[in-house]
Amino acid sequence: MLKKTPLNETHRQMNAKMVDFGGWDMPLHYGSQLEEHHKVRQDAGMFDVSHMLPVDIKGDGTRDFLRKLVANNVDKITIPGKALYTCMLTLQGGIIDDLIVYFLTESWFRIVVNAGTADKDVAWILKQRDALAPGLEITPRRDLAMIAVQGPNARAKVWQVLPGSQAVTEDLKIFQSTTFNHFFIARTGYTGEDGFEIILPADEAPAFWKSLHAAGVAPAGLGARDTLRLEAGMNLYGQDMDESTSPLESGLSWTVDLKSERDFIGKQALLDSNPTQQLAGLVLLDRGVLRSHQKVVGQINGQAFEGEITSGGFSPTINQSIALARIAAGVSPDDEVHVLVRDKQLRAKVVKYPFVRNGKVLV
Amino acid sequence: MSIPSDLKYTRSHEWVKIEADGTVTIGITDHAQELLGDMVFVELPKVGDSFSQKQECAVAESVKAAADVYSPISGEVIEVNSALADSPEKINQDAFGSWLFKLKPGNPAELDGLLDAAGYQEVLDSEDH
Repeated sequence: MLKKTPLNETHRQMNAKMVDFGGWDMPLHYGSQLEEHHKVRQDAGMFDVSHMLPVDIKGDGTRDFLRKLVANNVDKITIPGKALYTCMLTLQGGIIDDLIVYFLTESWFRIVVNAGTADKDVAWILKQRDALAPGLEITPRRDLAMIAVQGPNARAKVWQVLPGSQAVTEDLKIFQSTTFNHFFIARTGYTGEDGFEIILPADEAPAFWKSLHAAGVAPAGLGARDTLRLEAGMNLYGQDMDESTSPLESGLSWTVDLKSERDFIGKQALLDSNPTQQLAGLVLLDRGVLRSHQKVVGQINGQAFEGEITSGGFSPTINQSIALARIAAGVSPDDEVHVLVRDKQLRAKVVKYPFVRNGKVLV
Repeated sequence: MSIPSDLKYTRSHEWVKIEADGTVTIGITDHAQELLGDMVFVELPKVGDSFSQKQECAVAESVKAAADVYSPISGEVIEVNSALADSPEKINQDAFGSWLFKLKPGNPAELDGLLDAAGYQEVLDSEDH
């Protein structure tokens, strides 16, 4: 039996093509994935991301607990509503999940974790809570829905359908959040465009979704979500990283704080490690489509190396295929590599990603 | 979308048009493009390539996946629709009007084994259940 979000019926009414996404019955597209992609880059689109799980952590000492639990440093978030992207690591430094932490008050932080890892994450967090901070209250919030409204006109559309919300959300900077009535509104997303992620009571989600639609926001499915996030150079858990890879080999060194005195789970393993691989961006020079698990071959200082594409696809904005690939750490931007696609070796250029940000091609 | 009655079909969702001169024109069905979603790349065979029946002969790539196209009959490729390289979306717009390649049949008797429109409709109906 597939799990359903509060918007399941709404998606079906909008003729969504539904797919099994890690046990969830989710919309892949509503007709054309490409059109949905362009709509988000050029105007505004919305995604049902209610399969992701908000988890509230409450009680005295929540900040101390999170300083230990996650690899980025929650001491960076001191303004109420401020958000932080981070990995949660195993003792061995492998990535259990990537998540966003919101600082609300000193006795209330909220994290939002991936759908496919939610059960594992909650079990891990409870285990750490029991050992480190037994007084804290950990509450998974399946009573909430989450809608991401993304695109250059996304915020204006939200303001249009939520009268009064502009005054309280207009000054939010990237990675800040606030509450408006009982809606939690964050200026975050997974597309490389401006916009909001909005957490709201499940029973209010269908009406809000429909009012956004009436205001001209296009429903967009997981297909467009994947091509948008790939263009934006954002990792997908389970594909670009997992418990067998460390953030230092996944393009996420910037999210790991190894400088402060603070100890966190996985820190020692990262300090002891000597990363030999990196996550690099590829742009295909020949015709074809890069896909995950294709093999990458190349040479560095006369030495052959092999790597693998972790996420690949066609970039609708660039009109060429792009990929994230795990390859030897010494490979640099502008180096050329080959990707094995069926019986062919296609040429690809190594690039610094993101590929696209705020509607502009960067590669 | 109705299934044109003047074409033949395979269970793997190719369509086949038997031309007056005995050659055949081959494409993928509307059902196939619908399953694949927006097309972004088509890898065509080369003129002069020979294929046996059901051999992989082309690849249709969408935003979602790469799908092999199988040769409905044996034969030699005499022409390919290279215009698809620049506009693969034509397959989404008109699958039965967007041919991939033409074959000179190696064994015309194989054509008798292909499905007609009613037979192909049955294949689609059985996939729905």
